[in-house]
Amino acid sequence: MDFLVTNAPILIVALPLVAAFAIPLISLSRGGDRGRNVFSLAILGLIVFLVAILARDVHAVGIRVYTFGATAAELAIPHGYTVPVRIIFEVDGMSIFMGLVITIVALASLIYSLHFMKGQTGQARFYSLMFLLYAGMMGLAFTGDMFNLFVFLEIASIAGAALAAYRTNRADAVEGGFKYIVISAISALLVLFAIGILYAQYNVLSIAAIAHFMQHTTLDMIALGLLAIALVMKLAGVPLHMWAPDTYTVAPAGTTPMILAASYTSMYALYRVTFTLYGGLINTTTIGWIVIIVGVLSMFIGVMMAVHQTDIKRMMAYHAISQGGYMLLGVGVGLAVITNPAALANYGRDAMNGGIFHIINHVFYKALLFMTAEAIFFRIGTRDTNKMGGLARNMKWTAAFYVIGALAISGIPPFNGFASKLLIYETVLKFSPVLSVIAMFVSLVTLASFTKVFYAAFTGPELPAYKKVKEVPKSMIIGMSILAAFIIFFGIFPGLIVNTIVAPATNALIDQAGYINAVMGAVP
Amino acid sequence: MENIADNFPFVASALLLAVAFYIVIFRKNLIKLIMGIAMMASGVNLFIVALGYRTGGNAPIYTDVPPGPMVLSVPQALTLTSIVINVAVLALMLTMVIHTYRNTGDIDSEKSRKLKG
Amino acid sequence: MSVIGYGYAVWAPLIWIVVLVVIGVMVLVWRNRGQKGYKKGTAQTDIFLSGARVPPEEQRHVKSENIYWGFFESLKELYSGMMKPHTGIVNDYLLWLVGVLAIAILILVVAG
Repeated sequence: MDFLVTNAPILIVALPLVAAFAIPLISLSRGGDRGRNVFSLAILGLIVFLVAILARDVHAVGIRVYTFGATAAELAIPHGYTVPVRIIFEVDGMSIFMGLVITIVALASLIYSLHFMKGQTGQARFYSLMFLLYAGMMGLAFTGDMFNLFVFLEIASIAGAALAAYRTNRADAVEGGFKYIVISAISALLVLFAIGILYAQYNVLSIAAIAHFMQHTTLDMIALGLLAIALVMKLAGVPLHMWAPDTYTVAPAGTTPMILAASYTSMYALYRVTFTLYGGLINTTTIGWIVIIVGVLSMFIGVMMAVHQTDIKRMMAYHAISQGGYMLLGVGVGLAVITNPAALANYGRDAMNGGIFHIINHVFYKALLFMTAEAIFFRIGTRDTNKMGGLARNMKWTAAFYVIGALAISGIPPFNGFASKLLIYETVLKFSPVLSVIAMFVSLVTLASFTKVFYAAFTGPELPAYKKVKEVPKSMIIGMSILAAFIIFFGIFPGLIVNTIVAPATNALIDQAGYINAVMGAVP
Repeated sequence: MENIADNFPFVASALLLAVAFYIVIFRKNLIKLIMGIAMMASGVNLFIVALGYRTGGNAPIYTDVPPGPMVLSVPQALTLTSIVINVAVLALMLTMVIHTYRNTGDIDSEKSRKLKG
Repeated sequence: MSVIGYGYAVWAPLIWIVVLVVIGVMVLVWRNRGQKGYKKGTAQTDIFLSGARVPPEEQRHVKSENIYWGFFESLKELYSGMMKPHTGIVNDYLLWLVGVLAIAILILVVAG
């Protein structure tokens, strides 16, 4: 058990990589489809177990460091050196929080895909890419050095773009995938350029070491701008959001939640850069306000565009942008007041709790909503809400899951969206009442737009074209019900979740010294 | 940086980046856009490799080290990794452009566009 | 454990669940007291529109594009302004990136 916990960080990233390359081989064998499905589920089950024991350990003991090629995993700095030279994985509360989010989404997506993909061509490559995307995201969440941040960002981008363009016979799918890879490649190159600037000054790559030596020169501020804006582009913050509707809309159902989770992993990277790498900044108000402004713009423009859409997945994609704004708003308020202990204790910490809690809540209900949208597409073959009507008569489960997701995203009690939004409203009200009012208005429009689609798609008379529509297969319902169960559980026990997984993540972000000491502690 | 010639690699990479950004913003042909991204990658790689140069340093490839300091080969390793990753990215982009051409009969980013608004 | 308290009030979802269950039971009881003695498939279950002819299903359903017509009509200018940047051309996305990058770096370098 001890051995497993020590090596869990690398196993969690290495196992899906191995699985990604083993899956095409397994599919070649006789009865390959079944074998592949069982193999994928078994590997993911093993990873879920590893993530669970690692999470327990991180919450109980503290930051866990894994050094590649060292005699002991905790030995970040070799004997005779004063800086870390090896590749490091560093898992703190925030990393393991992202790990949990990604893993649960991956599990639900995989189970949902088992039936959804049945009978399609290129399934081996599909599952291969799913595991590659998973490995990229987990690596991004766990990495302790800047260069691997770039590498895993690119792995996740390549796999995500290939998955988004999975239906290569459809022009829109290829276009969405192409846009994703173009913006990912360019933002990753900007990240690499910023890493070059940082390396030129400090001659180290480890996040902890750079943070330790950080001087906040003009060059550092340029690097911060490059990193922050490149990552804002990856997480689809307004006004750099325009790729997101295109990509989310065309990706096959099981993968849309994964690509969404990849966006939030980029958001994690943004938090890591602003809180940990540049945490000692004397004046964090500027970068905090940049994050807040991006957040408020995302909320407002995202929701106003969403209510206008007629494509059901495109509408949900714009809502993903809008909800991303809440997370940026919550954490941005924390970032803006982090140097002011009184304000931080009064509302900053709770605002960050709200923003981070919203990540996990949003990933769950938006994944559920994307799955219901794709369930409709699976049965009637169109995403255009103008052509839908009366579907609830035959697709009762899908309609019920849609209602759960819609109520959760609009922040209606007692679902999980309300719990995190309440935290954000109340804390932001103390920071700046105007922002809080905007946040509430956005929730209102969110509810309005989901009601519109519910009315158009699910209610009304049974249209003749859809008389023979059947409910979706069981595997898809199970995938959706896992997420629905999480939504209801998180809604009923928000205090439990906030105390066990969200508060450690917030503390990890605020506690920059702890992150640095975990690696640099041996330095005199 | 006592010698102006030392800065030439940085000037070159800045020029590459500027031209690359011009291409990706103003060239609507998707193949040209990909060429712009390739140039951008080259500019960043040149920047990182130029950072790793140390006057009078030894390359870290000797068993019997000649006198003088040995350079740490991290920037070179970074550049190699980045080149490999960019090959993968560019290959994926080119396959997508082929599919775009097959599906829409055009590789202009405006004329082959199906998603907007 | 199910309670988060912050600011003005304490949010305790379990109370809400109890309230929702009570309302649900009331609705069920109410519904069961309804009229059961009607015949299915006869004129008793047909749609009645003051004697006018009932249009076919497609025409009875309000399409998605017609919902909130007034909202979009009154915000026409906002929407035409918002649609303008959403061109869907990948080059424009990159132009936005460069613009925002320049502004952000300027702010960060000047304001530190």
